[in-house]
Amino acid sequence: MEERLWEYIDGLGSHEEKSTIEKLVDTNQQWKEKYHELLELHQLVQASALEEPSLRFTKNVMEEIAKYQIAPATKTYINNRVIWGIGTFLVIMVVGFLIYGFGQMDLTGGGSSNLNLVDFSKIDYSKFFNNTYVNIFMMINVVLGLVLLDRYLDSKKKKFQQEA
Amino acid sequence: MSTGPSDTEIISQVLKGDHNAYAILVERYKSYVFTLTLRFTKNREDAEEVSQDIFVKAYRYLADFKGTAKFSTWLYTIVNTTCITFLRKKRLEVHSLDDERTFEVADSQDSGFQANQVEQKSRQNMVNQAIALLNPDDAEIITLFYKNEQSLEEIGQILGLEANTAKVRLHRARTRLREKMEKHFAEEVRDL
Repeated sequence: MEERLWEYIDGLGSHEEKSTIEKLVDTNQQWKEKYHELLELHQLVQASALEEPSLRFTKNVMEEIAKYQIAPATKTYINNRVIWGIGTFLVIMVVGFLIYGFGQMDLTGGGSSNLNLVDFSKIDYSKFFNNTYVNIFMMINVVLGLVLLDRYLDSKKKKFQQEA
Repeated sequence: MSTGPSDTEIISQVLKGDHNAYAILVERYKSYVFTLTLRFTKNREDAEEVSQDIFVKAYRYLADFKGTAKFSTWLYTIVNTTCITFLRKKRLEVHSLDDERTFEVADSQDSGFQANQVEQKSRQNMVNQAIALLNPDDAEIITLFYKNEQSLEEIGQILGLEANTAKVRLHRARTRLREKMEKHFAEEVRDL
């Protein structure tokens, strides 16, 4: 009941809800009493005064800010492209290693109950840089690196043209 | 909220180098910021210091204000984070003040609850005192809604909550405020 009444007092409910509450307040004594109780509190809090700081407050703030410079906007030194580039690189790294890992696993080990499914001593690390998946992964990274470099040089070029 | 140049106009003036224009913003929002800060610090001296710090921070990072929300909403976000940091630094116990023992602790603090002040209470003072008895979270949400003219969506933005969660928290805070008033200001409430 209280929650519905607060919504009504705050003017938040739908039109239908408002008319339902109005009817309840008009006809039901319990709802009427509760409504007046909450409304009184609402009006009291609304009418309460703000606290005031000392008279010198604004002067103190202005004296304090005189010591500082406005910092440049965050977006000017945090380049979203760089963040996205790093994120993409990390995702590709993780996916690449997962693919490589699964490629190395022998899943046809029979019905042995041995819990040690992957024998790390048997992984052939010499294949590490000869695996097709790794070559693909490295290729993607190189392409990504070139794209980022191109974007970086392009932005530098635009900046230089603007300054000129 | 006020007449004169809009907040956005003042901010662009300040960003263009007219630093004195910032005083208009300070004058406009000092009472709101101070009231909100006082809900956390429970002490006027600390509230004044923290409020000053908030305005300095807002000035330093003014270039980050994008104008997508109201300046007041952005400013109150700084109030919220600064006050939380203040409480952590001070290692104040943020207890609910629900039991009599904690009420006595609050009573002994420099929070305007001295006996002589209670004697002189007006309606407004009584409400402010009752709000000050709430825990900072409840006091903050009530102050933001009633005093600082923030909608539930804006309160959600300031506190990092969904608007619906903010609504539930406001409802609970008001229930607790009513309990505090009934408990500590029963006679005054009856006289109203």
